[in-house]
Amino acid sequence: MKALILLSSLGVISLLAEIFSFKKLLYPLVLLGLTVAFVLNIGEWNTNVTYFKMMQFDNYAVAFTSVIIVVAFLWFLMAEGFFKDETNQTDHYSLVLFALVGAVLMVSYTNMTMLFLGIEILSIPMYILAGSKKGDIQSNEAAFKYLIMGAFATGFLLFGITLIYGATGSFSLEEIKNAIATSVSIPAIFYVGVLLMLVGMSFKVSAAPFHFWAPDVYQGAPTMITAFMATIVKTAAMAAFVRLFDTTFLRVEGSWVNVLWVMTALTLLTGNITAVFQTSTKRMLAYSSVAHAGYMLLALLSANSYSSPSILFYTLAYSIGSIATFCIISIIANAKGDDGIHSFNGLAKTNPLLAGVMTIALLSLAGIPPTAGFFAKYFIFTSVFVAGHVGLVLIAIVASLIGVYYYFRIIIAMYFKEGNHEEVPVDMNHKLLLIVIAFAIVALGLFPDSVIRLL
Amino acid sequence: MNSAIQVIPLEWYLLLSTVLFTIGVLGVLFRRNAIIIFMSIELMLNAVNLLLVAFSSFLSDSKGQVFVFFIMAVAAAEVAVGLAILMMVYRNTKSSDINTLNKLKW
Repeated sequence: MKALILLSSLGVISLLAEIFSFKKLLYPLVLLGLTVAFVLNIGEWNTNVTYFKMMQFDNYAVAFTSVIIVVAFLWFLMAEGFFKDETNQTDHYSLVLFALVGAVLMVSYTNMTMLFLGIEILSIPMYILAGSKKGDIQSNEAAFKYLIMGAFATGFLLFGITLIYGATGSFSLEEIKNAIATSVSIPAIFYVGVLLMLVGMSFKVSAAPFHFWAPDVYQGAPTMITAFMATIVKTAAMAAFVRLFDTTFLRVEGSWVNVLWVMTALTLLTGNITAVFQTSTKRMLAYSSVAHAGYMLLALLSANSYSSPSILFYTLAYSIGSIATFCIISIIANAKGDDGIHSFNGLAKTNPLLAGVMTIALLSLAGIPPTAGFFAKYFIFTSVFVAGHVGLVLIAIVASLIGVYYYFRIIIAMYFKEGNHEEVPVDMNHKLLLIVIAFAIVALGLFPDSVIRLL
Repeated sequence: MNSAIQVIPLEWYLLLSTVLFTIGVLGVLFRRNAIIIFMSIELMLNAVNLLLVAFSSFLSDSKGQVFVFFIMAVAAAEVAVGLAILMMVYRNTKSSDINTLNKLKW
């Protein structure tokens, strides 16, 4: 909660920066603020405070808030250039910070009202940021599609919330849980409501068949914003999804588990298979992020004691891997003017550091030991195996093998294809950031217990 | 106030909201004009509002009506952003037909 208040005030302060002209100080101030927010947030570990039955900072919420703040910190280190290029940079700072506030709300809600507000506080700044390259028609198109699909999904979510309210007379997760536990016959509108909420949340995490907006939005938006959407937005949406379905609706599991089974299988297969045919790396990573949503849905589906820790580890491993890949893609795309796979040809000769970190990050995304991604997938597969969905585990393994193929296309381009021999210029900050991330990926892969034991 | 709402049985509110919501969904899926798509989304949200108020009245519980205020506020914010994005698109394409937005593969 302290972290939430601090993030909100940071957002307001950055709006004031333009008036009181301390724009130059804003960037270090935001980094400092995020560090303090992280420390304050860790201080709330094991306190389990509830606020007006609206939010609860249990260990689940604190752990996911920490992941969000850490990834946001790395994101800010990566995205310094994104703010420098803009004429109205203070607005961008505050939009990003308010989006973070929404993300924290989404991991800590205990009431449908807070879920709805969290999703909207996260989404509305993202619509604006997706269109922040105003003159670029692709960015316009991405913003427009994101807005339409986001609002459309919100409509489904709200209709679902309303039907559940009609059936149980409450928006509070705990009261809903009690109502369905005690009532003799649950009205049919409750089940319809649960399914509509499932559709709404699937839009938000971009699970098939509701994923079609994601590749367009990810490709059209500025690369830094794509990185934000693929990491923080996805983490928050997934955490909210688990909090809703694995606790509140667990009792009526029979009504949604089969639908989710089919959706997970579809997400895994469409995400991975379509990614194979992409030539733009940004679009390929967009499909890969759809596929990763599928892996996370596996843990949601298993709904046992393994699912929250495995999703926590997965989101962390996936987010830092994605930050590294998007950082390198934006460096390459800026230097060569194109984000196609051929831009990576011969990178290992000209920029061995970039190629090395990219390889580690891609191996992690593909799930190859000893990187963090391997254990992330291992924990997820274990949890779903224990839950008894053996068929899905098989589909997921086939899907990961397809995933290995397209991640290796970039690695092969970097190491075995001839390109031009000009070195791509890289900032010192970015170099340091990439080295730190590479170490973090390997360290998480060697000591996965440190995170997995938290929940 | 409550009795006036309760003259009509709850099922009819449910039916009306579902029909309005479906019209909104179909509008988003099949209309090609961006402004009409926005109107359809508003229709979806207002169908939800209507149903919330009806449930709230029949359950004699005020929480539903408070929720309606949240939806209204958020929908206003969303439309403000949406129209701004639409203006930005219009400046670049001189059209509000979403078929001009095909630079990215669907």
